[in-house]
Amino acid sequence: MKRHLISAADLSRDDALLILDTADELARISDRSIKKLPTLRGRTVVNLFFEDSTRTRISFEAAAKRLSADVINFSAKGSSVSKGESLKDTALTLEAMGADAVVIRHGASGAPHRLAGWVRGSVVNAGDGTHEHPTQALLDAYTMRRRLGSLEGRRVTVVGDVLHSRVARSNVLLLATLGAEVTLVAPPTLLPVSVGSWPCEVSYDLDSVLPKSDVVMMLRVQRERMNAAFFPTEREYSRRYGLDRDRVARLHDEAIVMHPGPMNRGMEIAAEVADSARSTIVEQVANGVTTRMAVLYLLLGGDI
Amino acid sequence: MVFSLAEAIPHAQSHVHAVLEGPDINRALIRISHEILERTKGGEDVVLLGIPTRGVHLARRLAGHIRQFEGHPVPVGSLDITMYRDDLRTRPARPLGRTELPADGIDDRTVVLVDDVLYSGRTVRAALDALAALGRPRAVQLAALVDRGHRELPIRADYVGKNLPTSKSEIVKVYLEENDGRDAVLLLKEDGK
Repeated sequence: MKRHLISAADLSRDDALLILDTADELARISDRSIKKLPTLRGRTVVNLFFEDSTRTRISFEAAAKRLSADVINFSAKGSSVSKGESLKDTALTLEAMGADAVVIRHGASGAPHRLAGWVRGSVVNAGDGTHEHPTQALLDAYTMRRRLGSLEGRRVTVVGDVLHSRVARSNVLLLATLGAEVTLVAPPTLLPVSVGSWPCEVSYDLDSVLPKSDVVMMLRVQRERMNAAFFPTEREYSRRYGLDRDRVARLHDEAIVMHPGPMNRGMEIAAEVADSARSTIVEQVANGVTTRMAVLYLLLGGDI
Repeated sequence: MVFSLAEAIPHAQSHVHAVLEGPDINRALIRISHEILERTKGGEDVVLLGIPTRGVHLARRLAGHIRQFEGHPVPVGSLDITMYRDDLRTRPARPLGRTELPADGIDDRTVVLVDDVLYSGRTVRAALDALAALGRPRAVQLAALVDRGHRELPIRADYVGKNLPTSKSEIVKVYLEENDGRDAVLLLKEDGK
């Protein structure tokens, strides 16, 4: 494995399977009374969050703590960043504190890549701009594998705001590596220009794709990034691309419904669908901790 | 007896000595099963925990023998010690083995740890730490198919299949039917030593 995890494309098929297999073994630990492992004792993991996040930050924090690493949480609010400190100076400060790994979320695509050039420790991308979110893709793949067995040849449909979604990009790359067939469904305005070069299919018609899907992954409509008229009204979007009860009825019996959270209930996903037995949304959160433990273990647990 | 050396020491000129072959291993395991029964008064509270990979196969074989002799099953499990090793940082991160405890757990039981080769004792040290996170056994004992000496910690085995004096430059290889397609314990020496 490489020293950093910046893009899902950094992972070979063997790397990705090693992470998923490791997560499988670590999941057994979450069931027992003493959940802590001594493996990363004396190592420091810095959570460097320039954007708001609850589940990802808490998930990384829980993962690092279960492996006995020391965790330093750094959020841009109330830090020197609000006084105008640059990313590089922040990085050098962390370096001087001896961080063994930096988990970074940043609004600018490419920030983790730049950071990796400045620090000696491992850099883990926890979401950068509209670029990537590789650990989300790993926990999604892990969740699919638990529910469906192997991912080889499985059909995964990713629906919604692909343009602004780092989750979609990382998932497309990772799922292609793992042998699944991905179809993106979105209004043309919410697809990136470069989507033709991605290893996936594209469709504009959700209803025709649903019957042959094994997984339907709904993306959040990112209102905070909607600075142009991407679709006429929320109501129309929900009609054409939202997952409601009638659409779920078109799925085959084993198909699952995923959402990376946070959800807009009633917008991209109906509340009754989100709470149904097909939905893996709560599992995804629990699987996030074990998957991130696997990533931290494999990056920091040995000599690289 | 000549085995393919390429899989054991890829680039070294060496010669091989088979210490245990085929039925020898099961004879040793049968004796250990009897010793376990003797020491634990019939093996009532015994739980056998194998250390992956080959320790697990050995633990299953021991359990099979004990059931044959006493007529009652003995719980078997596996205990992965990777996350508790003290030498993790000397190599790239290792893949994890499986930890699987019997349904009734290990509290107040006599746990017999089973491993193929006892050498520095560091694996057993890690196993004791791993056990402590899983429960509180009444007693912990250790069974090893081969004890090759050179302990680096104050640890000894309660049950030993074969005491094998070695030099540190030698390599002990255990092959088991379940994993490697044949039963054998080989001692590999590098030439000129």
